[in-house]
Amino acid sequence: MSTKAEKQISLFDNLSDLDFLRLNKFQAFLYKLIHIIKAIPGWLLNLLKAIGNIIRNFFIAVKNDIVDIFNIFKNGDYKTKTSFLVMGFGHLTRGQIVKGILFLVFEVVFIGYMFICGGYWLGKLITLGDTATVSVYDPVLDTYVLQANDDSFKCLLYGVLTVIFIIAFIYTYRLNIKQNKTMENIIKSGKKIKSGKDDLKSLLDDEFHKTLLALPIVGISAFTIFPIIFMILVAFTNYDGAHDGYSNLFSWVGLTNFNSLFNLNLGNDNLSVAFGEILSWTLMWAVFATFTNYFLGMFVAMLINKKGIKFKKLWRGILVLTSAVPQFISLLYISKIFSTSGLINGFLLNNGVFTSTGDFIRFWEDGTLARVMVIIINIWIGIPYLMLITTGILMNIPADLYESANIDGANAWQQFSRITLPYMLFVTGPYLLTSFIGNINNFNVIYLLTAGGPDNPLLLTSGGAAGDTDLLITWLFKITTGAESKYYLASVIGIMIFVVVAVLSLIVYNVIPSTRNEEDYQ
Amino acid sequence: MEKKHMGLKAKNRLSNGLVYFILIVISCIWLIPFVCLVLESLRCECTYQVGYLIPKQWGLDNYINLFTKTDFPVWFKNTFIVGLATAAIQTIMVLSMSYVLSRLRFRGRRFLMNAMLVLGMFPGFLSLILIYKVFSWLGMTGANSIPGLILVYTASSAMGYYVSKGYFDTIPRSLDEAARVDGANRFQVFYKVIMPLAKPIVIYTILTAFMAPWGDFMTAKYLAHNTSMGMNVAVGLQNLIAKPESMAANYTMFCAGGVIVAIPITILFMCLQKYYVEGVTGGAVKG
Repeated sequence: MSTKAEKQISLFDNLSDLDFLRLNKFQAFLYKLIHIIKAIPGWLLNLLKAIGNIIRNFFIAVKNDIVDIFNIFKNGDYKTKTSFLVMGFGHLTRGQIVKGILFLVFEVVFIGYMFICGGYWLGKLITLGDTATVSVYDPVLDTYVLQANDDSFKCLLYGVLTVIFIIAFIYTYRLNIKQNKTMENIIKSGKKIKSGKDDLKSLLDDEFHKTLLALPIVGISAFTIFPIIFMILVAFTNYDGAHDGYSNLFSWVGLTNFNSLFNLNLGNDNLSVAFGEILSWTLMWAVFATFTNYFLGMFVAMLINKKGIKFKKLWRGILVLTSAVPQFISLLYISKIFSTSGLINGFLLNNGVFTSTGDFIRFWEDGTLARVMVIIINIWIGIPYLMLITTGILMNIPADLYESANIDGANAWQQFSRITLPYMLFVTGPYLLTSFIGNINNFNVIYLLTAGGPDNPLLLTSGGAAGDTDLLITWLFKITTGAESKYYLASVIGIMIFVVVAVLSLIVYNVIPSTRNEEDYQ
Repeated sequence: MEKKHMGLKAKNRLSNGLVYFILIVISCIWLIPFVCLVLESLRCECTYQVGYLIPKQWGLDNYINLFTKTDFPVWFKNTFIVGLATAAIQTIMVLSMSYVLSRLRFRGRRFLMNAMLVLGMFPGFLSLILIYKVFSWLGMTGANSIPGLILVYTASSAMGYYVSKGYFDTIPRSLDEAARVDGANRFQVFYKVIMPLAKPIVIYTILTAFMAPWGDFMTAKYLAHNTSMGMNVAVGLQNLIAKPESMAANYTMFCAGGVIVAIPITILFMCLQKYYVEGVTGGAVKG
């Protein structure tokens, strides 16, 4: 008895390997869980440190750069010195005509732009416009005409574009100076400077990545990066249907929008309650949708792969065929056959299962039932795809593992949990994460099946109504397209979705080993 | 000894029987909705939902009505154009990006991959608010939304490089090196060595890029903004049955539309299924 008291182990301590092996399965699981949770503050601290380091390194780099540029000016020849004022001068005088002209043109365009309208838009960016469009009496026409004044939307848009232009100019200016320095060094060492022709040639060879990446990066910058920057800024304004920018200006409001999402005592706009409720359902949905699909898809793949089963191609073909039909058709159709007056209920009534229309199952009108239904129908949608993915990986598991397990007398469940599952989890770890994120933003399944409904009075907010099956992304869609068009609220929710996804990904990347070493798979 | 062997065999047969049973049930569950869809599209006597499957009066009325009384031909044409253009542009974008990230090593490669990962965490719909506004200044919304739709689909599509990068990763590096030793530049390696080997993933990319616009709903609805002429099939057909009163009049027509959209896509898919399976199983799991 006394020995037991001495050997009392606390799950909260760090255990030696020997002690850990003495725990039973449940204790071992609990131990691991406790330690993952204990590690979270450490991660956060490391994250803060990393961010701090990035900021510090940035400023150090800027400082070094300025010192460097100052030195280049001090030690450079007259061509380099002139390049500080006339960009591209060094290139032109040293024989790199095309590059020199490009630098010069860029400088002229930039200075021209800043004089003509850049400064104007920068000023407007601070206030987002001072006078709204008004209708003014025009004595000549004897009627009221609209007199266009500021448009907050344009102020914000052109303001941000101007800032980006300035940053681009600073970068180019620095590039101009650095290249001058390089050219000087090349001349000093007695070599020849590359001609424009050589530059073009290297675009197909050493610099081939620049050629291939040019188009994709322009596209991503214009259609993803810039809109994201813009919408993040909108989250700090009061841009909505009532403050549309021209008939009624919008302006900066600081953190007010974020406050209303987290503050429980801020009038009756109900946002914080609705946000909490919808966020928790979104996470619940993502967990269920991801893992039910994953395990059931694997199960079906294993059934088809089983030794001795014939017509493997037929079974796979049937499932794959259904995934070829565009999702919106199957989703809309299924949503209609399960509706209260739909095929299922009508069929059951006609065949005497229901005695009257009062017995109808209201699939989409009860919150809990609707939630269960979307998860089940999502399984129907997702299994064929998962079956395809897992089939390939299952076949890659070395067969001798199973043979030796058979000889050792392992039963089917043991083989699955000790061989198949660990292998699958290791290989598909990154896929699971992307599919989880995809499900958080799974607009199609929810919107086409239920359109977010049934409406829940608890979720009625100042931004509009939301329903029991609404995910954050469908809520965002409703807020933007609804009568009030609360764009600022949509931006705030978009940022919150980003935060949720980023935090989850960070945790998963720290836990799953297979996400770390990209080269391992090559 | 003999007896035990027999027992094992019988047990095996039993479990195989069970598996067959489950597979048949699964196949039925997956096929039944489509059978229902086809049957309902051929029903003439009533345009609303009914409680039976076999039409009392067979006919192609719904199909004829769909082409004569709605804008379905326009929606179909819109979607087809968008699909073709998206397939062409997106394939170039995705293949360039994934080839570069898989094969070439350069400064900023890690940063580029991390940046795209982080950007992908923002809900893409959010950017549409700005894009819609700018497009409407340019007159590219409503009935003219097709070019804009193509731009939105393809401009950032390189961010979905994961699957094809996974495929490129499986092509041995030694091939590149051998070609380089023989004096090929990087462009020639890409064009003459890797591309012929990457045929499955090229077809996979084209196929998925072509099929995506047929199912997209959110972007198309937002840009078309309730203008029938600018809708794709998904938005148009959903619009047919969006309201209860239109639901009563158009339900069987919607079913017919679903069948018409599903048939070409499914046939295309069946022809290229081999490449699709290779793409999914080859690339999907390697991050």
